[in-house]
Amino acid sequence: MAESWDSGTKEAVKQIPLLTSIAGPRDKQEWQEKRLKQELQSLIKYIQLNKQTDSDWFTITSNKDGTHWSGKCWGGKICLTVHFKPLWAKNSPHFGIAHALCLGLAPWLAAEIPYMIGEGAIKVKS
Amino acid sequence: MEAEGAIAGIENIEQRISKMQGEMQGINARLEAAVKLADGSAYPTASAAKPAAAKKVQEPRTKETAMSAEVVDSNPYSRLMALQRMGIVSNYQAIRQKRVAIVGIGGVGSVAAEMLTRCGIGSLLLFDYDKVELANMNRLFFRPEQSGMTKTAAATETLININPDVELEGHTLNITTLNGFDEFKRILSDDTDKSRVDLVLSCVDNYEARMTINQVCLELNQTWLESGVSEDAVSGHIQLLQPGITACFACVPPLVVASGIDERTLKREGVCAASLPTTMGIIAGLLVQHALKLLLKFGEVTPYVGYSSLKDFFPTMSLKPNESCSNGLCCKLQSSQPTSELATTNPAADVDESSPFHEDNEWGIEVAPEAEAASSPALGEQALPEGLSYSLPVQQPAQSEVAPDAEEHMDNTEPSLEDLMQQLETASSSNKGDSKAH
Ligand SMILES: [Zn+2]
Repeated sequence: MAESWDSGTKEAVKQIPLLTSIAGPRDKQEWQEKRLKQELQSLIKYIQLNKQTDSDWFTITSNKDGTHWSGKCWGGKICLTVHFKPLWAKNSPHFGIAHALCLGLAPWLAAEIPYMIGEGAIKVKS
Repeated sequence: MEAEGAIAGIENIEQRISKMQGEMQGINARLEAAVKLADGSAYPTASAAKPAAAKKVQEPRTKETAMSAEVVDSNPYSRLMALQRMGIVSNYQAIRQKRVAIVGIGGVGSVAAEMLTRCGIGSLLLFDYDKVELANMNRLFFRPEQSGMTKTAAATETLININPDVELEGHTLNITTLNGFDEFKRILSDDTDKSRVDLVLSCVDNYEARMTINQVCLELNQTWLESGVSEDAVSGHIQLLQPGITACFACVPPLVVASGIDERTLKREGVCAASLPTTMGIIAGLLVQHALKLLLKFGEVTPYVGYSSLKDFFPTMSLKPNESCSNGLCCKLQSSQPTSELATTNPAADVDESSPFHEDNEWGIEVAPEAEAASSPALGEQALPEGLSYSLPVQQPAQSEVAPDAEEHMDNTEPSLEDLMQQLETASSSNKGDSKAH
């Protein structure tokens, strides 16, 4: 939950633009014209911020409807169920995909990757 | 234009194919039942034990065209038609014209399907993507020898034997996937894109699937009943959702019936949930009782019934729709509702909403699980009765303190969607993570 993020993550999430549209993909027009644009803008901004701090850690693109997103990161999978629902409910509609990556996948990777390397499950590619 | 016509034509064909595939499952089950009847091999275990005497009793019955009220041992409907003579139901036979969709054929859905089948429902559409497993055997309905079959195929096989009068469609489908969503909606729709079912029963075990059913039912303006059993197997609930009239599933966070452990309606990966055939059977019974009351128009349909088995406690309440629901379609349907309809929906509401909270808070009520929730005006009037609480913080109205000047942060004016997608692609492809990642 909120208390468990490190100060770096908290700083990072503050810099990602917040969203204002509450539309979902089923709202076709409002989704296309507002929410999806906002999702894209906040993602672009987040990637730019990461590049500035030399911590560029993921790629992401979507299909043209914005209903299917794919990309790459250093392994892992975001848990968006039990831990995220309360946070998302509180911050709807302001948090988007970029915030999920920042608060979910990034801390997960930071915690798990060193552990996995330590266990020999993955190796550093030189 | 021609391309559009072709696409519409393809969609039409796809729609017909998926419906026909569902009907095929029903026909296959019917055919297999007939074959077994012909060679006398129905119910093999029982007939092996008592060959001669048992065979006579076991033969699956033939199709009935109408429901007879005649009181004879051979009439499968005599006890149901008696409901009419006793003045409970005015026209029981109306059930033959009803079509019900059941989503999720697990511990609750399969039992609900059997109950409706035995009641002589006109037709059932069954949705599930899972297979029968031995781990399901602590529940009712499925049998060990059905392990490995899809739940829809196993269910149609059993149900057609119980009552050949019911038209069955089995749809092996995950409704929460992108394609599954569209197909689910297509299957529920008729040729004019209106709902072709009288009622949808939600018997799923996760939040995403409930939100999917909510969305489709809002789009089709279709009444549905939601059901759930807690992960600790000792409490559950059923809820009536009428688009624009009662709260939709997105209007307020899911409620939790107090039982010691939160349900949260959220499935946790890798954590094995407990289940009991008793609790699931009770919830299925409450659910189908509600369904019968709605379909045959008798009794009162309480909008929300909770069940706490440890205390034998049934909290009830009504759930008004949230005027600032996050689902825009819900808001639209609310405003298109004539006021008279809104007033007549909650027969049991007055009693429950006015009941005082217990001083000692035995049920661990959390009307406002987070401090912010208390300030939400949409829900202030919807105090929860004892034994119920929200599983998530209540949604903030837009422009809350979370983002006082969100508009400033987000540039809504330009560029176009295509420009932005291109920008993201460029940012992503020049990402050095790309070269590191593999
Ligand atoms: Zn709603």
